[in-house]
Amino acid sequence: MICTLLAGIFALAPPTAVHAYDTPDDGGGAVKIEWQLSADDMTVDKYEVYRSENGVDYKKVGLIGRGRNQIEDETEDGKDYYYKVAAVSDTVTAFSAPTASVASSAQWLNRRKINIIIAVLVFGGLILAFIQHARRGRKLFVRKIAGLHAIDDAVGRATEMGKPILYCPGIGYIEDIATIASLNILGEVAKKCGEYDTKLINPHFDPIVYTVAREIVKESYTDVGRPDAFDPDSVYYVTDSQFAYAAAVDGIMIRELPATNFLVGWFRAESLILAETGASTGAIQIAGTDQVSQLPFFVTACDYTLIGEELYAASAYISREPLLLGAIKGEDWGKVIIGVILVVGSLIGLFTLFPVMQFFD
Amino acid sequence: MNISTDPWVWISALCTIAIFSFLWRDNPFYKIAEHVFVGVANGWAVTFYWHNVLMPTLFDPLFRQGQLLFIIPFIIGMLYLTRFIPRVSWLVRIPIGISMGYYVGASIPAVSQALIIKQIQGTFLTPQNFQAWHAGNLGVVWSIILFIGVICTLSYFYFSREHKGILGTTSRIGIVFVMIGFGAAFGYTVMARISLLIGRIQYLLGPWLGIVD
Repeated sequence: MICTLLAGIFALAPPTAVHAYDTPDDGGGAVKIEWQLSADDMTVDKYEVYRSENGVDYKKVGLIGRGRNQIEDETEDGKDYYYKVAAVSDTVTAFSAPTASVASSAQWLNRRKINIIIAVLVFGGLILAFIQHARRGRKLFVRKIAGLHAIDDAVGRATEMGKPILYCPGIGYIEDIATIASLNILGEVAKKCGEYDTKLINPHFDPIVYTVAREIVKESYTDVGRPDAFDPDSVYYVTDSQFAYAAAVDGIMIRELPATNFLVGWFRAESLILAETGASTGAIQIAGTDQVSQLPFFVTACDYTLIGEELYAASAYISREPLLLGAIKGEDWGKVIIGVILVVGSLIGLFTLFPVMQFFD
Repeated sequence: MNISTDPWVWISALCTIAIFSFLWRDNPFYKIAEHVFVGVANGWAVTFYWHNVLMPTLFDPLFRQGQLLFIIPFIIGMLYLTRFIPRVSWLVRIPIGISMGYYVGASIPAVSQALIIKQIQGTFLTPQNFQAWHAGNLGVVWSIILFIGVICTLSYFYFSREHKGILGTTSRIGIVFVMIGFGAAFGYTVMARISLLIGRIQYLLGPWLGIVD
């Protein structure tokens, strides 16, 4: 009688409808467990999740607070697992019925990212189409960019003054688009230096970028028929520490007094240190980066600044490479498409109940 | 005043002053600090990459644990060294190409989501976006300004036509938006840099000179 009474007082309803399934749209290694909360959820301290590999021996694999009804468990792909969920209060634990066996696996396609796949296919397709177009020899128009016309003047000024040109590609790595664009521009600057016999100083932050830059500069000197003018010591590695690199380049600016500083590539907080030091020496400064947070410093401290995508366009404009020109054209059409999507999407969002925002979740 | 007796604090403080001395002009103290900084950074980088990258992710699995699959990244990595052998120096393009391809491929979905898909979603003129400003009826105004700013800025970065006519007008409005953004970013970053300066001055006045707590 007493036992029955106590059982009635301390009884706790277990979680029900426990359901375990392979986590959808993932790379495998996870099972999701969901349940309906205990009818006594308000008195539950936590829910504990137990797992078994044979349906007999269960081990605790996770816990979650009251009011929560799902959890994800890390698993080995292809292995069968069984789960139970227990509602736990101070003194009582109430187990649910076990789930059916479940095994995790990797999915080929993450359906939640289909919008990204569509975007990549559309923009990638446009770029590839224009690259093909350019390769067939069709002329692709890219408008003039102000900073580029200063390159000739800048190199000419350095030649007249008998001073070197400093080309700083920033602290990016070879996979950064800004660094790649910077290397294209470096090639053209090196050609001009070769033609005018102007000294080039090209210090580097990353050893791989340095390796590529050295080859580019050497090739540029060869292209203009001045392989003898190439100085292997003009392109060199400094350090891969951001501010040590900034300190070293500052020292070069002050001691070598270049007539022109190119600060073109991928920059972070050292941008203002470099641009201010360069400005204090009276050098012409041409800057360019796609780092939005650093552009204000270049705009204020440099004579010409290639803003964001202008840097990529400049690299295409100056090199006339079909690959780059095609990419710029493709990106331009991408911008047109984005503009159209914004206008049409806004009209739909304003005047209909169609859930246009969901397509961009 | 309670000047520090810790030699490391003294070294750190003197290095800070030596670097600050550049604000006056180039001088031997700055040169010493600059060269020490570059040398220490390079020494640190070599040991860091050896102990934190090469040993745990390549040499240990390959040579100590015998995981032969790691021979592939080992060979690809060694190709970087072919740069020193002129006859086969072209092989250096293989690891560079692989690393570029990998990083670009990995970044495209993330960039597309963060910089294109989500930005488009946030720019739409919809009731949800109006409310997202938490500005009552002004949310409509802010959303319209944002919408115009995005369209005009996009037009500024359109390179396939000269900026004349309507495109000229929209691109001029676009660059105004860009410059306003730069102005805000400039002020914000200068503020952050001043806090860095305050941090260094506090270090000099506190742990070194003991003037402030």
